[in-house]
Amino acid sequence: MYDIIVVGGGPAGLSSAIYGGRRMLKTLVLAKNIGGQAAIAKNVENYPGIDSITGLDLVLKMKEQAEKFGAEIKFEEVVGIEKKDDKIIVKTNTAKYETKAAILSFGLTPRDLGVPGEKEYIGKGVSYCATCDAPFFKNKTVAVIGGGNSAIDAALVMSKIATKVYLVHRRDGFRAEDALVCQLRETKNIEPVLNSVAKEVKGGDFVEKLVVADVNDENKIRDLKVDGVFIEVGLLPKTEWVKDFLKIDENGQIAKDKKCATSVEGVFAAGDVSDAAYKQIIIAAGEGATAALAAHQYILKLAGKSIAESAPFDWGRCATTPKEKPNLY
Amino acid sequence: MELNEKKFNKEVLECEKPVLVDFWAPWCGPCKMLLPIIEDLEKDYKGKDIKIFKVNIDENPQIATKFHIMSIPTILIFEKGKVKKQLVGLQTKEALKKVIDKII
Repeated sequence: MYDIIVVGGGPAGLSSAIYGGRRMLKTLVLAKNIGGQAAIAKNVENYPGIDSITGLDLVLKMKEQAEKFGAEIKFEEVVGIEKKDDKIIVKTNTAKYETKAAILSFGLTPRDLGVPGEKEYIGKGVSYCATCDAPFFKNKTVAVIGGGNSAIDAALVMSKIATKVYLVHRRDGFRAEDALVCQLRETKNIEPVLNSVAKEVKGGDFVEKLVVADVNDENKIRDLKVDGVFIEVGLLPKTEWVKDFLKIDENGQIAKDKKCATSVEGVFAAGDVSDAAYKQIIIAAGEGATAALAAHQYILKLAGKSIAESAPFDWGRCATTPKEKPNLY
Repeated sequence: MELNEKKFNKEVLECEKPVLVDFWAPWCGPCKMLLPIIEDLEKDYKGKDIKIFKVNIDENPQIATKFHIMSIPTILIFEKGKVKKQLVGLQTKEALKKVIDKII
């Protein structure tokens, strides 16, 4: 039986694991991978105290820190959660774990386009990561789909490598940051294709064209001859599997209170998967800490200890590792 | 274990056992997220009927071109010198184990 099971290995989850470990709580992190969206960030320059670091290096440091404080990390995908009396049962594809408290911090997942040809051509021209795959499209023509920061960033990255970049967006303007839109205007080999939606990816063995339609007139079709299609249409919280277990808000995010408590006692939520107002690494990390402290308080309450004993400060921990620790709770 | 072009033929194409190769590059975030999972698999399948390798495509671009890799991370599973399975993008450890267990 664990004290805390954290679902998700991004900044929120790892921060929960650090705080859990420091409170001498037996903590397990179940994650598909380490870092989630943060790991893909090229450069993080707004995390206080750190001048500049790649997203991956930052989350790997968090992972090391969590392990140093005794948290266990397993690469397993969580598929179910339920509560029986005071026991929370977390199911993965391969195992079942029991815990006193759970922290859900599994972040956001890139959205699919959902058009014919998309899945068939993954790895054959369709890509979800411009920084990863840009070098494969040297001197070729590509289309980037989307209108947010990540889409424009992808178009700018591709413009330096590809001969021509179409930027396909369903609105009549971009909702990205001004600085990016400004760079976009200055880049000659990017052609914005506005008021247009992607309909189909076509080709032979590899991608040959992207079919787009006018948003106002479905019959106005245009074939863009491209070798690659980069999909950057935003992120979404994958919360279907918990929707019958706890309260989800109208945007599909997990609803929580100011102590990160969800509608189920003993289950907490933190970071991008929750209704956090801003999706930022520092905020996710802060929420992870809040959730772990609240979980600690909840565990003390379960054990019948007075809540006053759990001061809202983090005093660190003694030298014993959680494996050696006496049964405190 | 990291492979280069020189060793690729012998270690992968001429290998009797099935071989899993993870194609990655240092500039690719999801690739780096996959590396610890691959390392975990190397440990889990040590002594079993599969060999597991990594190929840095930045240093070995010819191999990537030869197998038409256009997106990384890509995992190819070879059997008797032929590609039996291609997995593109970040994978979970469980998904990879399922694929490997089916083959060996």
